[in-house]
Amino acid sequence: MEKNLTHIALFAALIAVLGLVPKIDLISGVPVTAQSMGIMLCGTVLGAKRGALAVLLFLGLVAVGLPLLSGGRGGLGVFASPSVGFLIGFPVAAFVAGLIVERWTTTVGIAAFAGAFVGGIIVLYAFGIPGMAVVLDKSLTEAAALATPFLAGDLLKAGLTALITQGIAQMRPGALLSRPQA
Amino acid sequence: MLTLTSPVKTWAHLLPAGTKLLALCGFTVLLFALKTPLALALAFGGIALLVASCGAGFAHAAALMVRPLWFFILIVGLWHLWLGDAAGGATVIVRMVTAVAAANFVTMTTRLADMMAVIERLCRPFARFGLPPKTIALAVALVIRFIPVMVHRMAAIRESWRARSYRHPGWRVMLPATLAALDDADRAAEALRARGGSG
Repeated sequence: MEKNLTHIALFAALIAVLGLVPKIDLISGVPVTAQSMGIMLCGTVLGAKRGALAVLLFLGLVAVGLPLLSGGRGGLGVFASPSVGFLIGFPVAAFVAGLIVERWTTTVGIAAFAGAFVGGIIVLYAFGIPGMAVVLDKSLTEAAALATPFLAGDLLKAGLTALITQGIAQMRPGALLSRPQA
Repeated sequence: MLTLTSPVKTWAHLLPAGTKLLALCGFTVLLFALKTPLALALAFGGIALLVASCGAGFAHAAALMVRPLWFFILIVGLWHLWLGDAAGGATVIVRMVTAVAAANFVTMTTRLADMMAVIERLCRPFARFGLPPKTIALAVALVIRFIPVMVHRMAAIRESWRARSYRHPGWRVMLPATLAALDDADRAAEALRARGGSG
């Protein structure tokens, strides 16, 4: 019980820190925030349920007014901004990413990449694009066109999530809660 | 930890948090039902008046909080100019800015403790499923306490990398940082159990 609680809380803090650390230059020159990588890691490392709860806890803190979203954003306003769909999709993305790592018993790295890709990109965009379409009053295709520039960065983050998850599996197999007794 | 609540005390700080949140819900629903530019302009004017009534310092802070929307305003503006539909573009932009500004107004005039009290009340039904409000409060406290700890740790990892290499650490700090978070979680769990557990 305590272990679940502290893991959920610590990973919620990790998502926040990844948004505060101004830039981890993924592609040189383009400052990509690592926050969405935090969402992916919650799923692939903690598993579906704990991962989704960690993300929900993080979103709760954003909603009550802590400036924890990348760029120091926070408060209720972000839930009225065009990013609202992505925010709603965050916990679902972590859940799906975790589910794939839990259920697909292949190498951790491959399962983590699949989880980060399906959860953190396909599922997340499936929520984010309609959100942008509603707030900006655009069609789904037009909103999708607005989201595509971020695809390359997100693919890279899915790859890094896989590397990090695999690194944890090698260094601390017991700590990878998405794969009990791995 | 810095919150977004305004340190400038205003009349709106005195209203109960629950009332403000309900009013915000109603206002946002109404806002998306408004279709004519005139009605939206009135709604925007109303929020602007509310913000202005709280003084210049408050209004300045409120303006800073809307600034991250510039990217969307630019895109939508250019898009609609290109379509030759300036009125439509103005409608979308004014609605978006008004909705965000209204929500920010509630955030800025409500103390964190009051907001937490509302959350705790809303979470009360979950107590039945084994999630007592006390546990949620403990989780929130843990997050707020560990954010500065992790920022510090990440800086330390980055510095030790720099001491060993000319190259930029980049994403390579992520693995040790994640491992450290997992270790911290184990230790915090042990400490909690030693002090009588979380429940």
